[in-house]
Amino acid sequence: MNWITNYVRPRINSIFSRREVPENLWHKCSECGTMLFHRELSDNLNVCTSCDHHMAITPRARFEALFDGGIFTEVAVPEPVADPLKFRDQKKYPDRMKAAQKKTGEEEAMLVACGEIGRTPIVATAQDFSFMGGSMGMYVGNAIIAAAQEAVKLKRPLVLFSAAGGARMQEGILSLMQMPRTTVAVQMLKEAGLPYIVVLTHPTTGGVTASYAMLGDVHISEPNALICFAGPRVIEQTIREKLPEGFQRAEYLLDHGMLDRVTPRTKMRQELITITRMLLGLPPQVVGDLPAPAPEEQNAAEEVAPDASSEEAAE
Amino acid sequence: MTQYLDFEKPLAEIEGKAEELRALARANEEMDVADEAAALDAKAAQLLTDLYKDLTPWRKCQVARHPERPHCQDYIKALFDEYTPLAGDRNFADDHAVMGGLARFEGRPVMVIGHEKGSDTKSRIERNFGMARPEGYRKAIRLMEMAGKFGLPVITLVDTPGAYPGKGAEERGQSEAIARATEACLQIGVPLVSVVIGEGGSGGAVAFATANRVAMLEHSIYSVISPEGCASILWKDAEKMREAAEALRITAQNLNELGVIDTIITEPTGGAHRDSPAAIQAVKVAIQEMLEDLDGLKPAELVKDRRQKFLDMGAKGLAA
Ligand SMILES: [Zn+2]
Repeated sequence: MNWITNYVRPRINSIFSRREVPENLWHKCSECGTMLFHRELSDNLNVCTSCDHHMAITPRARFEALFDGGIFTEVAVPEPVADPLKFRDQKKYPDRMKAAQKKTGEEEAMLVACGEIGRTPIVATAQDFSFMGGSMGMYVGNAIIAAAQEAVKLKRPLVLFSAAGGARMQEGILSLMQMPRTTVAVQMLKEAGLPYIVVLTHPTTGGVTASYAMLGDVHISEPNALICFAGPRVIEQTIREKLPEGFQRAEYLLDHGMLDRVTPRTKMRQELITITRMLLGLPPQVVGDLPAPAPEEQNAAEEVAPDASSEEAAE
Repeated sequence: MTQYLDFEKPLAEIEGKAEELRALARANEEMDVADEAAALDAKAAQLLTDLYKDLTPWRKCQVARHPERPHCQDYIKALFDEYTPLAGDRNFADDHAVMGGLARFEGRPVMVIGHEKGSDTKSRIERNFGMARPEGYRKAIRLMEMAGKFGLPVITLVDTPGAYPGKGAEERGQSEAIARATEACLQIGVPLVSVVIGEGGSGGAVAFATANRVAMLEHSIYSVISPEGCASILWKDAEKMREAAEALRITAQNLNELGVIDTIITEPTGGAHRDSPAAIQAVKVAIQEMLEDLDGLKPAELVKDRRQKFLDMGAKGLAA
């Protein structure tokens, strides 16, 4: 029996394996206008095969491609108080949440997972820009703290993929308080001597940039990602002048010393393997036949089985 | 001459009348206006009390930004001895939006750091209206670390519309500077107490206010975004700032209920600017109490206290 059958595939697999023809088989690149076949696009991690434009990718799709064999186990995130401020703008916050959940199929704007990359055990967490702009509220703060605690518990590095328009206004001051809260999470990793690698993706702005996204041991960005504290529009309004081409883009930040590297998404996995293995003092990645994973991780993978199957049953 | 806020217009009329009567009397000795003026004074005092009894969040925001509200340098001047400003981030520049230095508080050497908005056109420009650039945060980091090294408590006074959204500020790493300042707040093994004296504007405020104890003046505000900014994003109309101010829960009272701040400092009737010495004295008492509260804690305990405070924050929402 193949050891892989012992694994419970993450939820995404069951979604993709459904025999449905997606509504949009073709996707137009927002940058160059090329029509891309959806399979070709997803195989290339949502990077345009014609112009290399990096389109948004969901945390699940990213983790599918990142972890060995697409296998990962989700780390539970403590549920925060819902709508703590009873926030009302033109829509009620709970209604906005429901709409975002329906649109994305996700509970909130951040996913935390454990798994291996090139047989290197890591904890990873990714922000979901499609969920209310990836905005940082209590849940995102809790997710980052949970990710750091899991990394410390398992003595693994944490790789964080940031993507957010900033703080979640509907949580007001509590969203702002995620800046110190997530900074405490980063300190937990530092004190445990564990690598903390930040991959900044388009866009990473506001309070997110001004907290956990800028406190990594290594900062890597995807090409052309907007990375800033104040957005270009706000700056143009303040200083009343046009900003130069490429201002606040990844390459610009690299030039200004804020990033270590700008790396295409398709090369990111390999780079993360290389860097984490060196920081952990491990030998280079072994390429070729892999031994079966340790039993401890199999058990961990199986633990999600009832949840995943009930998920399928519900559908 | 007091600068009146829009909602204080009726007050301006009455106080103006009283002032006018007295001026007439000074010019004309036969006129006896004492009774009439006193009646107007009493009416004005009552109106002031009524106006300030239950300020809306937006009005509090206006009071928090009042140009005559006591600023960081007023507090430093009145509450600290031997204030010795320390300048520069040792890297690029000295940011005048951030004041800081060694001083004695009640005889005890401390490090005091705060945002300064300026008090007239010239000083406002020099201080960049209290909007710090990366150098300001990096200066603060340097001073906090120095305080940690020499065991001096740190007192921060928060009063900023936010970090400066400028080209150079972004190029020099505004985000990184704020993130590191917040980190420094969480790392130092000395008491760190903070008072929001005016505007606690977003990340620019957090970088100073990640403290063991945080107090707010009664009519100060602390928010993730300005009400105008929030209104233009969520209402697509910056004029909806009253609604946004309400929804964002920016007042000391709301923040205290949410467990984000520890103490509300009562202001004189009509706001801190109507009686600066009284406001400053009240802040002094609050700082004393916060420092006393932390007395005897060891460096590691102070760090733990601070981290736990923020980890626990947000566990409860506002009552329905
Ligand atoms: Zn393209």
